[in-house]
Amino acid sequence: MSLQKPLMRGLLAKRLRFHVPIAFALSLLAAVGWKYGVTEPRKQAYADFYKYYDATKEFTSMREAGVFESVRPTGE
Amino acid sequence: MLRLTAGRVGSLVARRATVALTTSSARMASHGHEVSEAVDMSKPMYWDRREIPLPDKRYKDILTPADKSLKEKEKGPWGQLSNEEKLALYRFSFCQTYPEMNQSSSEWKTVVAGVLYCIGLTGLVIIWQTAYVSPPAPRTFDAEWQAKQVKRMLDMRVSPIEGFAAQWDYEKGQWK
Repeated sequence: MSLQKPLMRGLLAKRLRFHVPIAFALSLLAAVGWKYGVTEPRKQAYADFYKYYDATKEFTSMREAGVFESVRPTGE
Repeated sequence: MLRLTAGRVGSLVARRATVALTTSSARMASHGHEVSEAVDMSKPMYWDRREIPLPDKRYKDILTPADKSLKEKEKGPWGQLSNEEKLALYRFSFCQTYPEMNQSSSEWKTVVAGVLYCIGLTGLVIIWQTAYVSPPAPRTFDAEWQAKQVKRMLDMRVSPIEGFAAQWDYEKGQWK
């Protein structure tokens, strides 16, 4: 019976040659996906929020709702 | 001489060496009919394991005279051995081949079934506990309290950009 001699060397190198580019590509994809799926929309959401943000108006409405301890609503 | 007492037990986890099931010599004294001794683990042992391709000793210790003559023949040129003889010599040294060793079993089904069963039992115990053991819930769990809590969170503008209060429309006074 003559079997082919099995592969004795370079097993790790072979595996790495296959898997490392895939790992690299997937990581790159994950990073790009995160950037454009999460961080950019988040930055835009913050920009939109603060574009027309009136801090005084917000403070006054929060004060009237009675959530502060340092300032009570104007009525009291 | 290094014989395992329990041998190949037909249990669910049979692949491991069943050394753990050997009986101590004190118990052996009461048996009387069985001549088995505990395994001497200080001597080289045979293992059928993937990570040990060449175990410390041969599998078959006791060779019949036929076996011994085959071993003598092995010392000569191997081309003269027939295929059956080569296989016989292999089986002297090894109990299972790698494919035999790596055979999958249906054990996982039993394991999953057991796990699910235990989870189910635990679920029943928890249901009983919530009915008979746990004290009444704190007042913070009442619907009225929760409603007041939500209103307070909206008044405080909790996470107004991307989170909680961002979902509330303050002009219309309703959820977006």
